[in-house]
Amino acid sequence: MKRKCDKCDRPATHHSVEIIKGQKIEKNLCDEHAAEEGLLVKAVHTPINELLSNFVKIHSGGGGGESKDLTCDNCGLTFAEFREQSLVGCPECYRAFEKGLAPLLERAHEGATHHVGKVPARAGSGEARQQKLMRLRKRLSDAVSAEDYEMAAALRDDIRRFEEKSS
Amino acid sequence: MNLAQMTEHAGEWLRGIGPHSDIVISSRIRLARNLAGHLFVNRSNRRQRYDVLTRCRDEILSGRIADSIIWVDLGESSDMDRQLLVERHLISRQHARGGNEQLRGVAIGGEETFAIMVNEEDHLRIQVLRSGMQLAEAFDQANRIDDVLESRMDYAFNSRWGYLTACPTNVGTGIRVSVMLHLPALKLTGEIEKVRRAARDLHLAVRGLFGEGSEALGDLYQVSNQTTLGRAEQEFLADFQHTIVPQILSYEQQARQALLRQAPSQLDDKIWRAWAILTHARVLGTDEVLQYLSHLRLGVNLGRIDTVDIPKINELFLLTQPAHLQRLTGCEMDQSTRREARAALIRQRLGGG
Repeated sequence: MKRKCDKCDRPATHHSVEIIKGQKIEKNLCDEHAAEEGLLVKAVHTPINELLSNFVKIHSGGGGGESKDLTCDNCGLTFAEFREQSLVGCPECYRAFEKGLAPLLERAHEGATHHVGKVPARAGSGEARQQKLMRLRKRLSDAVSAEDYEMAAALRDDIRRFEEKSS
Repeated sequence: MNLAQMTEHAGEWLRGIGPHSDIVISSRIRLARNLAGHLFVNRSNRRQRYDVLTRCRDEILSGRIADSIIWVDLGESSDMDRQLLVERHLISRQHARGGNEQLRGVAIGGEETFAIMVNEEDHLRIQVLRSGMQLAEAFDQANRIDDVLESRMDYAFNSRWGYLTACPTNVGTGIRVSVMLHLPALKLTGEIEKVRRAARDLHLAVRGLFGEGSEALGDLYQVSNQTTLGRAEQEFLADFQHTIVPQILSYEQQARQALLRQAPSQLDDKIWRAWAILTHARVLGTDEVLQYLSHLRLGVNLGRIDTVDIPKINELFLLTQPAHLQRLTGCEMDQSTRREARAALIRQRLGGG
């Protein structure tokens, strides 16, 4: 049985029953009228998968589909792949997909847009270092795949020296 | 300490001690962390996973985090051992999945008060467990472990998004605060929806015994935060300490008093029926055992029955699970043999006939 919105003919998507002073008040509203009543403010936390599929819907529904062509240079993950599995591939993805991720994260975290709280003691020297390390590791991985073991050994030494320098 | 010795008893967090332990079974803090300069687990190849696994293992073991730590290489352990760790809440179901090709591990220490999973969804998942309502203590320990590890390894972190995690729903603090609650009276009075509503208002999730997607067997519910970004760790903790837990405690206490007042005979019947079945049945499945243990636990906490104590009931919640049961009896069994062995174990532990 599909209920109709109390205020128009569209199907109701929001149902609530409240008991106030022994009076049962039942409401059935469509999205639009629920928002008007302020019922959407307390919206249930939406799981990320649902957010992502909604996101896909919006973007395939025409217009503004730039984010879907984003690719992370570091790990090769595309934004489209991310949407399917809801996992990013590496720390650099957060930079590469920032435009597409920011609105999603904001919704998933109840409007939060920036980190508050603990910061690792070593974060100061942090981000440039992390990128450099990531580049060295990527070259190492490429060297191993190409069976260039001399290069791989040299890169491994570089990485070790680089890690020791800061710790 | 090794896995075999572990099996005999419940871990520290199930001892039934700590504040409000009649209702709050346990408190748990989990921190998700990843190493800088490495691909996340889902995107890395075997060699890269191996590098992360060995690096984390070495740093955890040499970091003097606790007096005794055992390292379990999940790639080398049997299905049953992995299941055993899941039943003890030391690893997630996801971490136990997959065969021996998985490069995963877990470091367990401090009488099972903490477990650090390596190469689960994130490189590191630091978890601390405590009996009763001890979130502040659990957080302090998790934070200390995190401090030690971050002094030895670079974490993936950026100033906008905080600690970077494979799933963007964990980004920011990477913290998951959760409490496991025993709410038999709210279940009996049909008021469990109150708990869900209260949790929803604070954007908290309510789940069953084994987390995501599991039913609330044995009237055990887990409440945990769903957002991790934009608020400090202490603020997430405060939601639990000052709002949701006191609120649920008072709901459950009211429901217990209402049962005592309005339906004492029905309540006693539930409790004594549970006792009678547990001490005499010959064949018992896991789900029904959890339900009877739940009623028995309620009976002890309300002083309606004194033939058994809380630690023993808590222990049976664990020891009657499939992997524990098989470990205790020393052999693998099919489901119907397990049901008989389960009934026998319970009769023996409760001194039944």
